[in-house]
Amino acid sequence: MAYKTITEDNIDILVAGAGLGGTGAAFEARYWGQDKKIVIAEKANIDRSGAVAQGLYAINCYMGTRFGENNPEDHVRYARIDLMGMVREDLLFDMARHVDSAVHQFEEWGLPLMRDPNTGAYQREGRWQIMIHGESYKPIVAEAAKKSADEVYNRICVTHLLMDEAKENRVAGAVGFNVRTGNYHVFKSKTVIVGAGGASNIFKPRSVGEGAGRVWYAPWSSGSAYGLLIEAGAKMTQMENRIVLARFKDGYGPVGAYFLHLKTYTQNAYGEEYESKWWPGLQEIVGKEYLDPDASHVTHRPIPTCLRNHALISEVNAGRGPIHMVTMEAFQDPHLEEIGWHNFLGMTVGQAVLWAATDVDPKNENPELTTSEPYVMGSHATGCGAWCSGPEDVSPDEYFWGYNRMTTVAGLFGAGDAVGGTPHAFSSGSFTEGRLAAKAACKYIDDGKAEGIVVSEKQINDRKEEIYKPMEHYKIYRNEITAGDVNPNYINPRQGLDRLQKLMDEYCGGASVNYMTNEKLLHIGLKKLAIMEEDLGKLAAKDTHELLRAWELKHRHRASEAVMHHTLFRKETRWPGYYYRGDALKLDDENWHVLTVSRRDPQTGEYTMEKAPCYHLVDENE
Amino acid sequence: MPTFVYMTRCDGCGHCVDICPSDIMHIDKVTRRAYNIEPNMCWECYSCVKACPMHAIDVRGYADFAPLGHSVRVDRDEEKGVIAWRIKFRNGQKDMELLAPITTKPWGEHIPKLAQVQGPTKEMRDSELLFNEPKYIRLDEGDIHTLKSNGLKMKAGVYY
Ligand SMILES: Cc1cc2nc3c(=O)[nH]c(=O)nc-3n(C[C@H](O)[C@H](O)[C@H](O)COP(=O)(O)OP(=O)(O)OC[C@H]3O[C@@H](n4cnc5c(N)ncnc54)[C@H](O)[C@@H]3O)c2cc1C
Ligand code: SF4
Ligand code: SF4
Repeated sequence: MAYKTITEDNIDILVAGAGLGGTGAAFEARYWGQDKKIVIAEKANIDRSGAVAQGLYAINCYMGTRFGENNPEDHVRYARIDLMGMVREDLLFDMARHVDSAVHQFEEWGLPLMRDPNTGAYQREGRWQIMIHGESYKPIVAEAAKKSADEVYNRICVTHLLMDEAKENRVAGAVGFNVRTGNYHVFKSKTVIVGAGGASNIFKPRSVGEGAGRVWYAPWSSGSAYGLLIEAGAKMTQMENRIVLARFKDGYGPVGAYFLHLKTYTQNAYGEEYESKWWPGLQEIVGKEYLDPDASHVTHRPIPTCLRNHALISEVNAGRGPIHMVTMEAFQDPHLEEIGWHNFLGMTVGQAVLWAATDVDPKNENPELTTSEPYVMGSHATGCGAWCSGPEDVSPDEYFWGYNRMTTVAGLFGAGDAVGGTPHAFSSGSFTEGRLAAKAACKYIDDGKAEGIVVSEKQINDRKEEIYKPMEHYKIYRNEITAGDVNPNYINPRQGLDRLQKLMDEYCGGASVNYMTNEKLLHIGLKKLAIMEEDLGKLAAKDTHELLRAWELKHRHRASEAVMHHTLFRKETRWPGYYYRGDALKLDDENWHVLTVSRRDPQTGEYTMEKAPCYHLVDENE
Repeated sequence: MPTFVYMTRCDGCGHCVDICPSDIMHIDKVTRRAYNIEPNMCWECYSCVKACPMHAIDVRGYADFAPLGHSVRVDRDEEKGVIAWRIKFRNGQKDMELLAPITTKPWGEHIPKLAQVQGPTKEMRDSELLFNEPKYIRLDEGDIHTLKSNGLKMKAGVYY
């Protein structure tokens, strides 16, 4: 193939994927490495890439220590309750103690943060969320990153990390291709910070046909953070902890502001409150430690997101759906009505389009809610991602190996969705994690840990061949058939994605099986994924756009495989409402109050699973 | 909802191609105008709509659940720092205009170039602080939170 090879050499810090985590990393890296070479490789255009492309209407993680609102440990406690105990408290504490400094910078950079006219503090949506006019959130953080980086390569799909050949288990850069020119890009770098985001479209979406792009997390969230890290042999944690979201039906518009700020609430089709009747049964599954509605009532201790999903799912299964969001009261106030609409326009425009198309005026009609298909990510109310080192002054030995946010591969760092065990980081926390990773990466280089890296021409050429194989394959076999996409020698990326989604849905607890799975199903699923991998070797791409889709699919497939292994390993139902192990329907603290950690051997493809201790640093009571 | 492009308005400038996060706005080789090549990978994020200088791009709700006849239009004005929306319902009974700020400062001037600020001291490097910290954490003289300052300890296992 006539594509050029373009090599960028002597990079100190390569940021692979510049969403909220990646922009934070690139920006901060310049401070700690003023003479270092910082390069960004981003698969889209940094100005509008990632989950925040269309903007946000809230910053969901802000402590407000400045206004005497919360301390970092309060947030740790909250995230821990929400995730049924399973979080990395060291990483969470560390993120929370820094996150406000990121938010204060955003305000200084021009991001419109709303203020409470009475107190002068930021306008709270809920205890952790502040309201913003965030249409330009992404362009603003992108500008910060661009000011710090030596070079920003847009439209580079990073496909693989390069590995050092002098020292085992050490990163040496990354490779990918330019989606527009098709050129092969080689980035030789001392460190890599992966900020390539979480994964949508792994489980079959509820939307079909033309609407298949209507997913909650962006359709371009291709699980690349996981694909890249797993392939490099980095250990992963909590990959079973996929998230299901209760959202407005079909549009997946956000509900946070509706619940918290507009004080709307839900009811079943018959206008009844339904949640509380499911609590006693649920308490039998998870135990009183995790669900105590009376205590929650008195102390405002939140009821975990997954458990509220469980109530919604159960009520619908009992035949009393649909569930409605009661908006008709709040929306009589014109000010609140306006906020309700701005909330969509600021971050999920499609919901506004849908209501306009279906004549749903929430002032006169209570809109429907539904639970989404599952998503694999690590910055919302869930914590999938890489097993990373914490900060020196907080982390216990098991959680610390020298450099903050470094994965188990030397020189390879993560931020945002890439880092496991840190739910509720959201946009601001992801940006903060990028900053933390950048400082640590500079230190790693200054400590001389990146000396003597060797990357052979062979490694570079092998990767090149691998990257373009789908296009070669297409060229060879296309003319064996008259026309169309049905070919005995290959499948195209869309066909592959459909297969992946169907099998994850049916065997790993997707929406169409009511999030239910068991050991038998998971074993079949793993077998099908392995066979699918053979077919992925025969993927065909007719142009570079399809080549992008081919590599997104491969990353999604690898992420799915880890999800399947983790789900099989954790023999309990820790998060009813996210997924259920039908053969182990109870939460089992005796055996499973641990974090799950996996490693895929890059040579053999074998997975090793282990339990890691779950450390806590705050008690239950404030 | 998936985008489409009005033939008479598009001049093929390519702004939409440049910005689409999903890489699905492409220029048609025959008409030399833009179109959405993969509607089922469109997030209706409106990035292209906002970027089009000719207002040539619009969205039509996904065919599988959105009836025809609605409209959500937008005009993003970088200079004035505002975004204006107009939402029209299918039944004609609602027609809303909404305006929101997109920035409070002129673009590009208030983000520091960190290559030019005073670099960190060794003491700072050895600390847990980030750029602008501890000042920016609370915007006062307070220091960063540590386990010690907050009276905390890490313990393994279930105890809470
Ligand atoms: C609908 C919705 C509403 C949300 N609401 C809020 C909210 O109100 N408040 C809040 O604080 N947070 C909110 N979030 C969460 C927030 O967006 C995420 O937590 C955050 O963006 C995660 O950051 P990240 O850097 O991990 O991923 P992203 O920001 O998604 O960035 C990933 C980046 O990697 C790039 N990339 C991916 N694959 C590759 C590859 N192979 N090669 C190169 N580059 C690649 C992508 O293009 C992208 O730029 C919301 C998210 C969604 C989807
Ligand atoms: S930005 Fe507008 S005018 Fe330019 S190519 Fe796209 S649709 Fe056409
Ligand atoms: S709305 Fe967003 S995803 Fe759809 S074509 Fe435009 S930029 Fe791309």
